[in-house]
Amino acid sequence: MSRITAIASNTLLELVRQKVFYFMLLFAAIAIGVAFVASGMPFAEQFQVLKDAALGATSIFSFLLVTLATAMILPKEIEDRTLYTVLAKPVSRLEYLLGKLLGVYLLLFVAMLLMSVLFFVALFAREQLVIAATLKDYGPGPDGEAAVAAVKAAAFNWNLVPAILIIFTKSAVCAALTLMLSSFATSWIFTVMISVVIYIIGHVQPIAREAWLAQSGVNPSSVMKLFLGFTSLVFPDFQLFNIVDEIVVGNAVPGWMFGQVFALGLGYVFIYTLVGYIFFSNREL
Amino acid sequence: MKARVLGIAIILVFGAVRLPFEVRLEKEQRALHYHGAKLDLGMRQRLSQMGFVAALSGFRAVVATVLHIEAYTSWQRVEWGRLKLTYDTICALEPRNMQSWDMAAWHMAYNASVAARENKEQPRLALRLKAEREYFKLGEDFLLRGIENNPDHALLFERLATIYRDKFKDHEKASRYYEEAARRPDAMQYVHRFAVYELAKVPGREREAYERLKALYEKGEEERLPTLLRSLGELEEKLDVPKARRLYSPPPQKP
Repeated sequence: MSRITAIASNTLLELVRQKVFYFMLLFAAIAIGVAFVASGMPFAEQFQVLKDAALGATSIFSFLLVTLATAMILPKEIEDRTLYTVLAKPVSRLEYLLGKLLGVYLLLFVAMLLMSVLFFVALFAREQLVIAATLKDYGPGPDGEAAVAAVKAAAFNWNLVPAILIIFTKSAVCAALTLMLSSFATSWIFTVMISVVIYIIGHVQPIAREAWLAQSGVNPSSVMKLFLGFTSLVFPDFQLFNIVDEIVVGNAVPGWMFGQVFALGLGYVFIYTLVGYIFFSNREL
Repeated sequence: MKARVLGIAIILVFGAVRLPFEVRLEKEQRALHYHGAKLDLGMRQRLSQMGFVAALSGFRAVVATVLHIEAYTSWQRVEWGRLKLTYDTICALEPRNMQSWDMAAWHMAYNASVAARENKEQPRLALRLKAEREYFKLGEDFLLRGIENNPDHALLFERLATIYRDKFKDHEKASRYYEEAARRPDAMQYVHRFAVYELAKVPGREREAYERLKALYEKGEEERLPTLLRSLGELEEKLDVPKARRLYSPPPQKP
């Protein structure tokens, strides 16, 4: 375990040294920019736009971060020959792979924590401005209190926290998937390209599954059925992780739904890591 | 080679194991009205290629955010046609976002309709009124589609009832939709009363409305609001209820 954590902390340090956190400036610009542009809209709509933009940007940045960071780990270590130095010590390939993945997850955790803090600060600042304007319009009294309560209800809701955790889970699945691809790929560009393609296919996979299981009313040919079945079994279903959209628009998402999505994410991470290890352990270095 | 075959086999077996779980989870999510967005050819025509790819890749909310800002600009420029098309796309991307349906209906039924009625470029009143009514219908259409996607919430039922009451002056439909709103768990405190107030204005249903107003009155002080008392008085007058049995007594006239 200590070997895994040592590799993980080292990986995190290496990634941080590559100045990956500069993207936070862009994230902050998006959050502040959207809050500014939306300021003329009715209050419910401006909170909605801010949440949509911030969580959307969190999704995009976390996906890009984990995909690029994970795709470059193995090729870079092979190129720098540090991989050989590490594996020459009493470190198994499984420990090495788990350490690398854990390092990427630590990076993802720090990045998402920073983005969440920025998002909540922007949301809180906007909320305070709207409350001040509302109190100015209504003045003190029951009407003013009711209006402020409506503003508060539209701004922050506790479901935003699991929404961020679901984005983390989805990104964690992407990282494990990229590591699996990277374990047999010879170039990081190939790994990134295939990861992006799988990411897109993962969002339309339910359509293939529906057609395969003939739930959509269409009756595909045998060849098409074979193709649809292969697509459904091989590619992940990322659409199931998209309950974040529901949370942003203020719809209640039951706790058991979060639980099932997290469990599914965990299953994907386990399988992709296992397959990645099988590929990596048989790779000639 | 062996490792690759084993790896692919594990992925396929995992695919088969997760299949029933994912099918069930998707069904449960659909039962909660998730995944209502239709990314079809119609949507492709309305979005740019990149926008469509982004929407396909799970970034529907981001595309919708950009469109929200576009819609806001269209509103500032009073480009009603463009605003309507933009909201059509936003609502198709985020059908569970009641805010979008509500905003779209509000723009059509309250802003665009007034602009059409007061359009100085159209000298004929009949045509201006026709255009105004067409915008009412567009507002109604947004809300009906919104309700289809969000039948579990009161908000859009309440908004539709209000459009029937204030714009179409169709009190029967207004009453029916206030009633529907009142049946939802997140119903506003006033909608059950509004349903009866509107029913009281429907010709031929005065007796039914009177009985329901009486039932509300008998619930206690918290229901005896000025509008309820006034409606009750009007119906007692209309139905010629004997003075001794009347619940509402008008305040004494000041000399």
